[in-house]
Amino acid sequence: MRSLQSTEAVIAAVLVVVMLLIGLINPAFWGVDNLFSLARANVVIGIMALGVLLIMISGGIDVSFPAISAAALYITVRTMVALGYDGVLLPFIAASVIGVLLGTFNAFIIERFRMIPLIVTLGTASIVRGLVLGLLGTSIVNINKMPKELIAFGKQDLVSVTAQNGATVGLTAMVLVYIGVAVVMHIVLRHTMMGRSVYAYGGDPESARRAGVNTRRTIYFVYCTAGLLAGFAGLLHSSMIWQANPRDFIGLELDVIAAVVLGGASIFGGRGSVLGTMIGVFTLVMIKNSLILMKVDTTWQRVVVGVIIIAATAITAWRDRKKLV
Amino acid sequence: MTVEAERKPLIRRLLGEDAAIVQLAAITLLIFAVMAGLNPDKFLRYYNFESISYVMPELGILCIAMMVAMLTGGIDLSIVAIANLAAITAGIYFRHPAVAESIAAGGAGAVLHTIMGVLIALTVGLAAGLLNGVLIARLRIIPILATLGTGQVFAGLALVLTGGPAIAGYPQAWTWIGTGKLLGIAAPFWILIVVAVVVAVVLRRTHLGVNLMLVGTNARAAVFAGIRSSRMILYSYAMTGLMAAIAGILLSGRTNSAKADFGSSYLLQAVLIAVLGGTNPAGGKGRVAGVLLALVALMLLSSGMQIMRVSNFMIDAVWGAFLVLVIAINYLRSPK
Amino acid sequence: MSEYLIELKNISKRFGGVRALDDVSIAIRPGEIHCLAGENGSGKSTIIKVMSGIYTPEEGEILIDGNSVGRLDPIQAVHRGVQVIYQDFSLFGNLTVAENLALNTYLLEGRKRMDWPRARSMAREVLARLDVEIDIDADVESLPASGKQIVAIARAILAEARLIIMDEPTTALTRHEVDALFAIVRDLKAQGIAILFVSHKMREMLEISERLTVFRNGRKVAEGEMRDFDEPAITRAMTGLELDEEPYAPEIDPAAPPVLEVGDLRVAGIVHGVSLELRPGEIVGISGLIGSGRTELARALFGMEKAVARTFRVTGRDVFPRSVQEAIALGIAYVPEDRLSEGLFLTQSIERNMVVSILERLRSGLFLDRKAMRDKTGQMFRDMQIAAPSPDTAVGNLSGGNAQRVMLGRWLLTGAKILILNGPTVGVDVGSKAKIHRIIRDLAEKEGLAVLMISDDVPELTGNCNRIHVMHEGRFVAEFRGADMTEDNINDSLKALR
Repeated sequence: MRSLQSTEAVIAAVLVVVMLLIGLINPAFWGVDNLFSLARANVVIGIMALGVLLIMISGGIDVSFPAISAAALYITVRTMVALGYDGVLLPFIAASVIGVLLGTFNAFIIERFRMIPLIVTLGTASIVRGLVLGLLGTSIVNINKMPKELIAFGKQDLVSVTAQNGATVGLTAMVLVYIGVAVVMHIVLRHTMMGRSVYAYGGDPESARRAGVNTRRTIYFVYCTAGLLAGFAGLLHSSMIWQANPRDFIGLELDVIAAVVLGGASIFGGRGSVLGTMIGVFTLVMIKNSLILMKVDTTWQRVVVGVIIIAATAITAWRDRKKLV
Repeated sequence: MTVEAERKPLIRRLLGEDAAIVQLAAITLLIFAVMAGLNPDKFLRYYNFESISYVMPELGILCIAMMVAMLTGGIDLSIVAIANLAAITAGIYFRHPAVAESIAAGGAGAVLHTIMGVLIALTVGLAAGLLNGVLIARLRIIPILATLGTGQVFAGLALVLTGGPAIAGYPQAWTWIGTGKLLGIAAPFWILIVVAVVVAVVLRRTHLGVNLMLVGTNARAAVFAGIRSSRMILYSYAMTGLMAAIAGILLSGRTNSAKADFGSSYLLQAVLIAVLGGTNPAGGKGRVAGVLLALVALMLLSSGMQIMRVSNFMIDAVWGAFLVLVIAINYLRSPK
Repeated sequence: MSEYLIELKNISKRFGGVRALDDVSIAIRPGEIHCLAGENGSGKSTIIKVMSGIYTPEEGEILIDGNSVGRLDPIQAVHRGVQVIYQDFSLFGNLTVAENLALNTYLLEGRKRMDWPRARSMAREVLARLDVEIDIDADVESLPASGKQIVAIARAILAEARLIIMDEPTTALTRHEVDALFAIVRDLKAQGIAILFVSHKMREMLEISERLTVFRNGRKVAEGEMRDFDEPAITRAMTGLELDEEPYAPEIDPAAPPVLEVGDLRVAGIVHGVSLELRPGEIVGISGLIGSGRTELARALFGMEKAVARTFRVTGRDVFPRSVQEAIALGIAYVPEDRLSEGLFLTQSIERNMVVSILERLRSGLFLDRKAMRDKTGQMFRDMQIAAPSPDTAVGNLSGGNAQRVMLGRWLLTGAKILILNGPTVGVDVGSKAKIHRIIRDLAEKEGLAVLMISDDVPELTGNCNRIHVMHEGRFVAEFRGADMTEDNINDSLKALR
């Protein structure tokens, strides 16, 4: 536990330094509008990251969650449009259920056939994307057709202030949703036996089995919960941007995995925390957003993200280095 | 004790003792028969196989590259980005006014510059592969994360170089590599054969190949046996990068264009075909012959489906389903 | 109530064609300290796994408190109070001591919530009961081996163990720690908990156990009260033979130039100045406990440790191998302790396992010289008398003895002049053991190899070595040769060190 806290402190310190640097280069960074939009950009990617965190603690990896998110949001919205249904609660439940089902599929293949999660989830991603685009089509459901209540839900602001340029900027209420999910996840990981079983399984699967951890249930829990969060985050994204695009989130797995690794989770399993992950997500999102503020060409974004992944993993590889001999 | 290995029939030597490969050959034949049965007029036409022989090589080379990375228990998720970056770098070279002028003039100059472009692309691939190798073998970053990261960097650099849109207007000699014919057979197909033979020979007949298998089987024991493991791993990623660049040349030659996000579905397909071809993603096992058979099987499958007007998205889904199926079959076939 | 807490009757268990257990019975009384002795491969580990419900035997019956339990599964075993402490302790290094202690209990109780305050108070309580002080908030991976063992014992107690099975519990401990462990064990016995020690270390068994069962090759070969046994009797039972191998004692010309001269070798924190000479044809033994630095010494000689030495001479040349490759080039070979994880490539052929260290030399141009490869391995395959259809057989299919001969073959192909063997016959059955000893002696006697043999097995050393160094805390503390080189002398010397 102690080493974990110190890891979080290090990440937080890095974050603060980076913030100060960016603020020095462009004071607009500290503007309310920028901070609010940063917070907003954290929500969806953050919820996805919490799912990936869970999987990484268990020693696995998931690259299928962007496909799951896209599938959940697109199937849900298309169904709503087709049925002429409008609402909030039921659609979110539906999207989450779709996520859980796809997560169950991952868990089944990984648990039953003992296959490396990376390869299984690559396959799942391909199946899900292919089926959604192939069967439901590729047309975007735009703001005109989007269910109104869903849009209204995503539009809610917590507070709104008038910025220097006269425009009104609001802090999206979805931040509360993100924090709520994070708190629940923290409680699950820290204060339930299921959560501790995930740490135990990620630390040493064989010992976990001997200690009486139901390893099958643990794997199912991990992938289903990650699926649930992916499905939920997908629809939340849709309601925040007022459209449903089945091609959303392509390539997002890299950003999210980078954020989780940056947040101190170990790719070998057994280590990682909600707080660390949130800081990691914030750092990554902030750097990406600030590239624009710092007048860096947007085409450089991917290079920067790539370098961050490499740097973060090089540092954790050094921390987790296992002596080969 | 007599050593009889030299006396085995050719077929046996090509296919090895591996029951998996025999099984794979059967699957390939089955797919062929089914597709031929479903669309006898279109599938069996010469044109169909000819077009496969142009499309297959770029993917095939990526698959072999993936297999090489998997031999040591690694993976290379940056191959498609390397392929695009290599082709784009060459494309930028061809765009240089002096070069473009000389190419436009035709003759020996054009060929010379094309050769130069190929060398540039190969150098980019080699350098990218070496970077992966250094991160994995020296800095001990696990391959998934290292190549995820470098994949982003390479794709990002490709984007920076092009600014977004595709690069077009490659010299004729370059497009010939992707679309030409030699002795009645597609030029890219020849390149696939050469790459396959070279890699097969490297894996079977050189100390690098044998060392890679051994490192992949037991990395700890490799250290105790005096294998220079990290150097071998470095070489394997350099090879992978080089092959990715060759695939990039073929892809850009065939389409006469290059873009930062071309061929993104190739990544999954390369993983799938490598695993289907009997490569153990945990390391220590992999054969070029197996990968080629798996490649042919899946090319026949998707060509057949295309003839039946199945959408490309559905074909992607089928490929994914195939991967999962292969995982299941491999599991059920393996002892215990 | 039955006389026995747990009773296994006529148990048989096969793996493929191998009979791991053949009609064995063992019974343990409540609150007794019982010892199960046997060499590696005798079936000790298999019976542990049967008792804890991990393996289901093909034949036989398991009774707990006199009642037959039918099929025993791991959860049932835990509920009945059977706890196993494996050699690796099965703890979670990434979790704290308190959580490691509470986890099993909570899981056993089927709890949903992780009650941290109770976990901490439970941990404090049980550690106080064992009268030890350990920081309950420390990550387990930061503890030394003895600390981990105590956590493992405490965990078993918390799980309301009535029988604690300990697999080679003293392996990684110093004498002081062993004493502390034994004090705990006696305390547990006083609380009515039975202990089953599984070990091949006789001295310690004699000291603490009350009853003994001996396994050999999957069969029970002896049992009874400990007072009825003495050390030679246990050895006889374990090995099945009086060690009647002729001692190896060829005349070594003291004037002959040493092939290896090492002066004042140091590995930071572990080896504190070892000097050593090896002459051709000589077999020198090193005896010492785990943690004495013997393995690090061997690895330093093989270029695997950051080491310094005042002198390091190989056949008169001043060279210090800085890498495994350099060591091999100098003619040094090392057969590691853990053959499976450090030595062999199990899914690869015998041929590849043998030529791995000479691949560079088998190059002709760009390619490997396949004919030379075939010829060399074919020859070595015969010389080492490996029982397999051909050199193409995967090493994973071989028995321990054959696999070890593949390792020896690998090093002979490199033209090694100095052979370092760490536990040369660990996991090898008795028959094969003699064969390996014969090969090693022949290599020394006829080929003039210098051999450094590290072993836990004292009779193996006394039976095969010209002289034996005893190593302790990074130094050679005693040397025995000639008539002094007896099992008793060495055992006494080792015991005095603890």
